[in-house]
Amino acid sequence: MLEIRNLKASIDGKEILKGINLTVNAGEVHAIMGPNGSGKSTLAAVLAGREVFEVTGGEVTYCGQDLLSMAPEIRAREGIFLGFQYPVEIPGVSMVNFMRTAVNEKRKYLGQPEMGAADFLKLMRDRKALVDLDTSLANRSVNEGFSGGEKKRNEIFQMAMLEPKLAILDETDSGLDIDALKTVANGVNRLKNKENAVIVITHYQRLLDYIVPDFVHVLFDGRIVRSGDKRLAFELEEKGYDWIREAN
Amino acid sequence: MVPFIIAESHEIMNADQDQIISQVTQTEYKYGFVTDVESDALPKGLNEDIVRQISEIKGEPDWMLEFRLKAYRYWTTMKLPEWAHLKLPVIDYQDIIYYSAPRSRQPLGSLDEVDPELIETFNKLGIPLDEQKQLAGVAVDAVMDSISVKTTFRDALAGQGIIFCSFSEAVREHPDLVKKYMGSVVPYRDNFFASLNSAVFSDGSFVFIPKGVRCPMELSTYFRINAANTGQFERTLIIAEEGAYVSYLEGCTAPKRDKNQLHAAIVEIIAHTDAEVKYSTVQNWYPGDREGKGGIYNFVTKRGICMGDRSKISWTQVETGSAITWKYPSCILRGDHSVGEFYSVAVTNNHQQADTGTKMIHLGKNTRSIIVSKGISAGLSNNSYRGLVRVSKNADHARNFSQCDSLLLGDRCGAHTFPYIEVDNQSAVVEHEATTSKIGEDQIFYCNQRGIDTETAVGLIVNGYAREVLNKLPMEFAVEAQKLLQITLEGSVG
Repeated sequence: MLEIRNLKASIDGKEILKGINLTVNAGEVHAIMGPNGSGKSTLAAVLAGREVFEVTGGEVTYCGQDLLSMAPEIRAREGIFLGFQYPVEIPGVSMVNFMRTAVNEKRKYLGQPEMGAADFLKLMRDRKALVDLDTSLANRSVNEGFSGGEKKRNEIFQMAMLEPKLAILDETDSGLDIDALKTVANGVNRLKNKENAVIVITHYQRLLDYIVPDFVHVLFDGRIVRSGDKRLAFELEEKGYDWIREAN
Repeated sequence: MVPFIIAESHEIMNADQDQIISQVTQTEYKYGFVTDVESDALPKGLNEDIVRQISEIKGEPDWMLEFRLKAYRYWTTMKLPEWAHLKLPVIDYQDIIYYSAPRSRQPLGSLDEVDPELIETFNKLGIPLDEQKQLAGVAVDAVMDSISVKTTFRDALAGQGIIFCSFSEAVREHPDLVKKYMGSVVPYRDNFFASLNSAVFSDGSFVFIPKGVRCPMELSTYFRINAANTGQFERTLIIAEEGAYVSYLEGCTAPKRDKNQLHAAIVEIIAHTDAEVKYSTVQNWYPGDREGKGGIYNFVTKRGICMGDRSKISWTQVETGSAITWKYPSCILRGDHSVGEFYSVAVTNNHQQADTGTKMIHLGKNTRSIIVSKGISAGLSNNSYRGLVRVSKNADHARNFSQCDSLLLGDRCGAHTFPYIEVDNQSAVVEHEATTSKIGEDQIFYCNQRGIDTETAVGLIVNGYAREVLNKLPMEFAVEAQKLLQITLEGSVG
């Protein structure tokens, strides 16, 4: 599904990603771990198409297509979803209106008819329940006045609405208490199937107790320096990132 | 008295990390077509003779001609005001045609007698003049260039004693009402453009709602400039008697032309005891092209007076068109407990300039006013809010709340706020809030990542920002206004 080869990216002339190689197949869950500043969020942003990052080398193939040549909204409609670490507030735009626009833009792109109001509201109700999202939040402006936990739950709710092929969750666990973490992980697990894939970016092993990865990668200084199964996460937890630092 | 300026913010966004903006690919102005109808026009230029001819063509009584001449003579002594935050071009008033009318067999009794080209024009604009096809509950007066083409539903309204007709007809058929109220809110000496209008105004709408009547439908006037080199000078007079209610909407468009055209209108509203008048505007005059060539100069004087106790006047405006807008719909709150409201969205793009706002003059006791102004600037445009809140000595317990927000798109536009507050009564409560914000690259990217392209994202955000004002518009027009906002800003974010 996703094939990253020797991907390099920089911001303001400073190289952050120094040659990433990663293959993700349908049905897999990958965890990317690493210390602060190692390039985890940059990788997520580059895959989603954020323009402030300049891709300086390498290639990314997504479902047989050249991902890097696609506009961010096309990537989204093609099924890439980014769960933001810091979801931005958009005052004045209600969640309902926002989601309805997003869902219908995608349907239009895929040549499907727009979803009617009744079907749409039913879908919303359905998916809200999945992440235990407060019903009143849907009538508020996008992320405005949401607590940290509500924002993260709202990200997973949007993921549930858009049913992506590839979800990239950027530190979705940060700032969550244990109950919220379970709810969010539960939502992700229920959306998981053989057709889609998830990349979980996290600093701590804790989230991986609930979203169990098939593969764990350690990102350090812009490169993937270790890959393994979930035992690698435990090893990291035990030895700390200094272990990686010293080894590199 | 020199206005006491309590706050002035002047903000021009700096080029910063934001990646939004850059290439500006303005969509074509949708209403820029020209209708091929024959018209009768007076020669270019302005002098007493032209004023007399306008009056004669319209078959006006002497008192009307006298009013025009007084205004004209006064106007010749006046100078163009220069206090607005606008780059005002030199306007050659001798290079303008002051009267142009689509030629027709007169008088127009039914729709069959209206030139089919004209009907087609208004159909293209989405304003069907055929009553069968009308939006339910909206009566329309259509004004093209200098004259009123057709007023719909007048018979139905007349049954309740409501008068809705062109201004010219009102002069002929209801001279007492016109004589009594015309110029009572905006005197012919009021300002440069008001004097000019008083001298040469050609047509407009007249509305009279009798005592205790609630007008059963929205009344609407649709203004269209068609002929080239022609100025449009219309006058609207709305009178709501005791306990009456009316909601009135005006819309306007013009063809695309390289030369600028002048529009100088007057609107006067009189609300008697317990009466309420809602006046909504969707202004979409041709704004000029991307390089700032052409476009309408829109200099308008709009003012209402709450004569009686507990009366209410509410202005709602969505301003997206015109090369230059100079407009301050105001309320004089004379009656005790009277209420004035002003809700405004003003959008400027490319080279457009807008200096708009309101005046709330509190004279009566316990008078209240609210001002909500949302400015949106894009491209190289300049957008200013200018407002005055005055509480006079006798206006005990007057209250005002003002909210002035500016939204910037890009780094080459300007947003300015000039609020003036004059308070002569200790018991007054006057509040002013202002914010300036811009659409962030992170907000756009968030939308992009959900599959929403940048144009649509800007539309969502701008409509969200303006929602408070759009909600005040009658339903049918709120949808139109939303689309208009989006169209106006298309291409302003790249």
